[in-house]
Amino acid sequence: MSMKTSTRQVDGVTIVDCSGRITLGEGSVILRDTVRDLLAKGNKKILLNLGDVNYIDSSGIGELVSAYTTVKNQGGELKLLNLTKKVHDLLQITKLYTVFDVKDDEAAAVKSFGQ
Amino acid sequence: MSANRVSYTLDSTLDTVNSAEEVASQIATEAGFADEEVMKIAMAVREAAVNAVLHGNAYDPGKKVTVDFERTAGTLVITIKDQGKGLDLAKIPDPLAPENLLKTSGRGIFLIRSFMDEVEINPSTTGTEIKLIKHVHGPTADGKEASQ
Repeated sequence: MSMKTSTRQVDGVTIVDCSGRITLGEGSVILRDTVRDLLAKGNKKILLNLGDVNYIDSSGIGELVSAYTTVKNQGGELKLLNLTKKVHDLLQITKLYTVFDVKDDEAAAVKSFGQ
Repeated sequence: MSANRVSYTLDSTLDTVNSAEEVASQIATEAGFADEEVMKIAMAVREAAVNAVLHGNAYDPGKKVTVDFERTAGTLVITIKDQGKGLDLAKIPDPLAPENLLKTSGRGIFLIRSFMDEVEINPSTTGTEIKLIKHVHGPTADGKEASQ
């Protein structure tokens, strides 16, 4: 299953619902383009909902890191929501779990963004 | 070729990465690994195939990737070879070092080592060979204990 994203706005936060695989090639490119487009439109509070992401490889992890640093460097915030066990475990063993701000409740996650 | 060994010679393309991962998943399942172990084996093979296609052969259409699966009693051995210049192991950074945590690449070998029981990397001037070994632990798919 290839990667798909859809975006929605909740209280000034852009929630990106992701599904499928974030892997080398199409999946990573779609994530990169989505974040780039949001930043270009001035959306700097981004919540990546990974609840339906069932697979991610090292390239996908790299793309998440890239998205995180790109948004941060532009004065924004990028947080992760609803990690599957596979993605959670991957972020744990790569020590990235503590780098990302990871949430498991959408409403609380939206409120956690700065004003 | 014995029934427990199968080899593929593949082009240096992204399709090869996906194919190697799919075949690894199928063979690991047939070998009796549990679902979580199958996922780890398939991901290790995917990462090794990415290295072979991307970093080894650099998508060169004139270079091939060979993927060899060998099943012995209780063990699956997967060997992936490219025809690149040879991986420089000294240049692989520790992805867990604080200064490398936010790098966007360099986690493939680390994940392979995390997911497999044994990993041998043999670079040479004619390419890199990586051998991935996983032992079946506990009951096999047909309910029998794997022989070690």
